[in-house]
Amino acid sequence: MSEPLLKIEGVETYYGKIIALRGVDIYVNKGEIVTLIGANGAGKSTLMMTICGTPQARAGRIVFDGVDITRMPTHEIMRSSIAQSPEGRRIFARMTVMENLQMGAGIAPPEHFDDNLKRVYDLFPVLKERHAQRGGTLSGGEQQMLAIGRALMGEPKLLLLDEPSLGIAPILVRQIFEAIRELNVSQGLTVFLVEQNAFHALRLAHRGYVMVNGNITLTGSGEELLGNEEVRAAYLEGGA
Amino acid sequence: MSNTEANGHFDMKAALKDAAISALLTFVLASLILGLQIVDRNTGLVLVPRIWLAAAAIALVFFGRLALHMFWWSKRMRVDKPPLLPTTKLTAGLAKITRIAAPLLFVFAIALPFFPFSDRYIMDLAILIMTYVMLGWGLNVVVGFAGLLDLGYVAFYAVGAYSFALLATNLGLSFWVCLPLAGLFAATWGIILGFPVLRLRGDYLAIVTLAFGEIIRVVLLNWYTFTGGPDGISNIPRPTFFGLEFKRFGEGTFADFFGLEYSSLHRIIFLYYIIVVLAMFTSFVTLRLRNLPIGRAWEALREDEVACSSLGINTTNTKLTAFAIGAMFGGFAGSFFATRQGFISPESFTFIESAIILAIVVLGGMGSQIGVVIASVALIGGFEVFREFEQYRMLIFGLAMVLIMVWKPRGLISTRNPSLLLNPSGRSPARQEGAA
Repeated sequence: MSEPLLKIEGVETYYGKIIALRGVDIYVNKGEIVTLIGANGAGKSTLMMTICGTPQARAGRIVFDGVDITRMPTHEIMRSSIAQSPEGRRIFARMTVMENLQMGAGIAPPEHFDDNLKRVYDLFPVLKERHAQRGGTLSGGEQQMLAIGRALMGEPKLLLLDEPSLGIAPILVRQIFEAIRELNVSQGLTVFLVEQNAFHALRLAHRGYVMVNGNITLTGSGEELLGNEEVRAAYLEGGA
Repeated sequence: MSNTEANGHFDMKAALKDAAISALLTFVLASLILGLQIVDRNTGLVLVPRIWLAAAAIALVFFGRLALHMFWWSKRMRVDKPPLLPTTKLTAGLAKITRIAAPLLFVFAIALPFFPFSDRYIMDLAILIMTYVMLGWGLNVVVGFAGLLDLGYVAFYAVGAYSFALLATNLGLSFWVCLPLAGLFAATWGIILGFPVLRLRGDYLAIVTLAFGEIIRVVLLNWYTFTGGPDGISNIPRPTFFGLEFKRFGEGTFADFFGLEYSSLHRIIFLYYIIVVLAMFTSFVTLRLRNLPIGRAWEALREDEVACSSLGINTTNTKLTAFAIGAMFGGFAGSFFATRQGFISPESFTFIESAIILAIVVLGGMGSQIGVVIASVALIGGFEVFREFEQYRMLIFGLAMVLIMVWKPRGLISTRNPSLLLNPSGRSPARQEGAA
């Protein structure tokens, strides 16, 4: 098998003296959707941020597309075809939808702008309707679509999604997850998804990891994890 | 003229071009017909130049033509475009006022010295107001666009003023040589301030910039051998008009060259036009920058720094350029201040100056160009008008500011024009401008 697109080896991350990740090993192959699930405070978002370089890992290695990005500054990592839709969406509230999307396009070649814009508008038609509206006036779900659209404008090879279902109406969650699947199937986009909404995430993903207290405790295909007793008890019962 | 083009309803460029061509034609005609008069003297026929008459005719045609475009023919020149934003009645009204007011104010600013009521007092006040307009527009880059609260902007004003004063008095360089140098020095200090405060935001940034402003002032005050300390620097040279000086006597003065009777007002009017041009340059550059990737990065930085870095924007460079460019305009304004006063001392660069400039930006509506103009006229002009009420002056202004902040908490003009729109033709303009 060829080298995975993203390879995380023995990564340890600290906040000051407090350890948040205790040697995490994860890989994501090209064309896969991989999800990372876990409870609050398990270190999911920390891992996502460590991939992006703030904070940097104190030990271990992160290799993306054959390049060691562990010690690179954040903006350079984000310019190497990794795009992120951050937790809490973080769209530019006072700028219009168009301007938001354009901010994401800075990484891609300018002549691809029109095509990429069309791709995003086709994926999320509501963004086209609202192109002149200020980002802050969109609903939560629309803002999430905008955050993903903005990330896609940079033509990423790998899309990092941090809790895309956070605080969003269930019908929109379904729509967004459907869009992610669509991106993966039709365009072969590789996706690494961090989620608390384990049920949806595992149904969508090819493979999954379970994180507890900064450690990966379980891994397997999405279906395997969905059927796993521990996972059911800890993350699915009463939830979903 | 700021919002005219951005709204796309009125083509200022075409109107200006048309007016300029008309003025050129008038020049061709008027230069000989009106500009020269044949007089029968004892010695024979002589030509007497009447430059002012010709100039008046040209100015009349230029501004008349412009006015016709703006108010009479503008309906034809307007392009129908759908409303950009779901605007309320109020913001639409404000946008309309802005659209009409901006070119009007511009024409008024150009024509001001020729009004009959424009005496020395009015011109001095106008120069002062324009200086603050320029400072406001400069600070707008840092505070309005990039969202970095800077309480020490006066430091760059001081750096610009002292750069010019020291270069001119020690090395004998002229105003026009020193002006870019002063901007450069101020920008360098902007970067020097920028580095230590890169990680700071909001309140913390405000405190550090406040301290920076004071440091510069205290250094100027105490470095006696270099800056003259509290004695300041005097005998700063005046600017010249292409080498012509504004003096009463002697060869090669402005009045002598143009065959005019000497008037002290000439120099004032000349200074006024310098500051108008400098201010327009500031406005033009900042508005252009706003539509470039760097300008959008500033605005994005104001909105969300984390999201910025997640989109591959180097936040360090973005902040430093905002500080540097804002500081540069402060430096330009500073060297103008020095040449206008002829004397500077650290007393001119106290914290209250920073506070006034910031008040202008905030009251005007952060990021709004026309708002800065209105706020400068109201604040600086107001200071003058209420001079008689001496003790109550600050009281009135404190009250006025509180009232404005209650009624319009985001400033007088708080609408923001998008820097990017879909073309009616469907092709986005981002292709050329998107090139990073």
